Amino acid sequence: MATLVSARKKSAARNGRPAPELIFGDLWEYDPAPETADPKLKPRYELFINGKFVAPKSGKYFDTINPATERKLAEIALAGTADVDAACRAAQRAYDNVWGQLSGRERAKYLFRIARLLQDRAREFAVAETMDGGKPIKEARDFDVPMAAAHFFYHAGWADKLEYVAPGRRVAPLGVVAQVIPWNFPLLMCAWKLAPALAMGNCVVLKPAETTSITALKLAEIIQDAGLPPGVVNFVTGAGATGAALTAHPIPAKVAFTGSTEVGKIIMRSLAGTDKKMTMELGGKAANIVFDDAPLDQAVEGIINGIFFNQGHVCCAGARLLVHEPVAAKVIAKLKQRIKVLRVGDPLDKNTDVGAINSKEQLAKITKLVASGVKEGAEIYQSPCQLPAKGWYFRPTIFSNVTMSHRIAREEIFGPVLSILTFRTVDEAIEKANNTAYGLSAGVWTDKGSRILKMSTELKAGVVWANSYNKFDPTSPFGGYKESGFGREGGRQGLLDYCKLV
Amino acid sequence: MSRLPITKTPKVYVGGAFIRSESARVFPLQDAAGNFYANIPQCTRKDLRNAVEAAAKAGPGWARRTAYNRGQILYRLGEMLEARAGELADAIQLGGAAKAAAAKEVSATVDRLIYYAGWADKYEQVLGNVNPVAAPYFNFTVTEPMGIVGVIAPDEAPLLALLSLIVPAITSGNTVVALASSAQPYPAIVLGELLATSDLPGGVVNLLTGFRKELVPTFATHTHLRAISAVVGPEERKTLALGAADSVKRARLLKSEAPPDWYAETAQSLYAVRDFLEYKTTWHPIGA
Repeated sequence: MATLVSARKKSAARNGRPAPELIFGDLWEYDPAPETADPKLKPRYELFINGKFVAPKSGKYFDTINPATERKLAEIALAGTADVDAACRAAQRAYDNVWGQLSGRERAKYLFRIARLLQDRAREFAVAETMDGGKPIKEARDFDVPMAAAHFFYHAGWADKLEYVAPGRRVAPLGVVAQVIPWNFPLLMCAWKLAPALAMGNCVVLKPAETTSITALKLAEIIQDAGLPPGVVNFVTGAGATGAALTAHPIPAKVAFTGSTEVGKIIMRSLAGTDKKMTMELGGKAANIVFDDAPLDQAVEGIINGIFFNQGHVCCAGARLLVHEPVAAKVIAKLKQRIKVLRVGDPLDKNTDVGAINSKEQLAKITKLVASGVKEGAEIYQSPCQLPAKGWYFRPTIFSNVTMSHRIAREEIFGPVLSILTFRTVDEAIEKANNTAYGLSAGVWTDKGSRILKMSTELKAGVVWANSYNKFDPTSPFGGYKESGFGREGGRQGLLDYCKLV
Repeated sequence: MSRLPITKTPKVYVGGAFIRSESARVFPLQDAAGNFYANIPQCTRKDLRNAVEAAAKAGPGWARRTAYNRGQILYRLGEMLEARAGELADAIQLGGAAKAAAAKEVSATVDRLIYYAGWADKYEQVLGNVNPVAAPYFNFTVTEPMGIVGVIAPDEAPLLALLSLIVPAITSGNTVVALASSAQPYPAIVLGELLATSDLPGGVVNLLTGFRKELVPTFATHTHLRAISAVVGPEERKTLALGAADSVKRARLLKSEAPPDWYAETAQSLYAVRDFLEYKTTWHPIGA
């Protein structure tokens, strides 16, 4: 009891002054803790069409680079129109002759197998993912790969229970589905796309992002090992031209795209006048809203996780911090302290918090938008951390004194950059949070339960995290409002987007 | 001397008021025998934009009504239609429908309203759910209306098809700006009068008459329309889909060359309500 009282007195004596800061300086350096598991990379990756690895008809390959070292990791086949056509035909044959005839019970077993085989090789996949994309190994190991396996496992069980997906109606697969995925969660996005499509009985042609093809092609090895009938899943690798050839191909009945709003609109335009179904998971500029009654230390961890998870290469990143005026100074001070101790560097180091920026182009885009923030008058604070000499890195950055008209408050940066705005009332918070073309996600930090539900009701966003951020689960539908796209992935609702009602 | 009847000046129902087109333009409507019947407002792009504004004003209030209340209001609208079935049937007959066919269309329309009135406080229970996430969170998915839905109705079944497109959208709290058939606009004129006497708040349903050629491009590009529900031809589908891309609008485009059977059971569905809903998923931590 005595200690409690004195502790209370002490905190009262501090009276609003920030807690004393622990300064380590350069005295205590972290020893490197590299992850050494073998990613089992091949020097060259071919296309995966009709159950086989095949060379592209053009004979062309492109390099995939480790963004942490700028060194070439492997060569990836460049799929041209003829390869895309072969993949679509293989998928259609597989659908007509095998997959479409198979019972849900049997389809389920293949998906369970894929989940299990992926769990078996989890560490190998995590290292490959980190090397190809630049994300910290602790994220690839603890989030991307296990979550990818979980998606296959969850959807496997749906395959023979589809009569429960749309009560009152029967559902049928669409046929062949074209899928185009981004580079921020290469394997996980692959799982998000494949698992529901296959569970529903569709066949797939999927194009990974050009900077991160490796784990999809490693997944192709697992698909072979699982004995999935040839042609049910096909991977065509390449850049925008390959994607355009795939989405424009007459065979796929549906196009599912995850990526930027800009490219999503291009795809929507290109499909205007066709009968293809679409789902779009596009960009975001989420508000993470902190009220004065929030548990601030927890909130600060949530803000950090919200924007620096995967270097901020997250469509649902909490990129706009809306902080209640009474606690703004305190929260900003805590954030500055916190980002100083984020470990930025070698993604393969198990201690690393923030890894490498995925590509040189992305680094240039982030740098440009940050410069606009400075130019437009926002106040910048960057972590003074040491960045590795080689590789593409960006310092964790926060902007305070941001206004709604600043580019850094409106445009998706897709990097480790937080824009901080303030608000006075609940209505102002809602108004500012919704004042964006996007509507993917939002965070709310408050101790008051009724306020959480009020905010959740008013925020125009597909996912709302209360006193948490960046939580994902295969059972939990994910997707946006407004220009963040349409359709959902995950849960029962996600399955509805891969079927037709009959 | 026989008495000269008072003829009605047709006006469209927008924002809870009866208006003519801001352009003061009209187009003549003939009856089935080919005689002049009335001048119909030829609404413009500006009328459409004004209607969207009215729908935007009415939206939040309508969406906040309780599901029970929305259900009762739709039911009340059904009562209004049933009571003035004769007048509606006359309006349909202007387009050449036989008396029995017109009466059948009105009955089917009333039944459709009652069908969706019943869904208002149930669809959420079927479409939403709690998700068993692998972490200590209470995670639930609910639905929310999209906002303002643009409706473009076909020429056939001018009353039944129009309401079959409008009602599933408003059942969940969306508001609607609808373009009636230009070949058979009169049922929409009468419908406006019934909407005004129902308990549906002004601005929830806004009806326009006019020509598709003039109005479809604005339906396509107006960014405040969050969704389009239309029965249209190939060219119009392309225009609407291209415009939808600019603001990532949701488009539910049925083919006018292969229209649904509006009288069939399949023309009414929970999934027609679902097509104008967004799913929202909330994660709430579980802890002491």
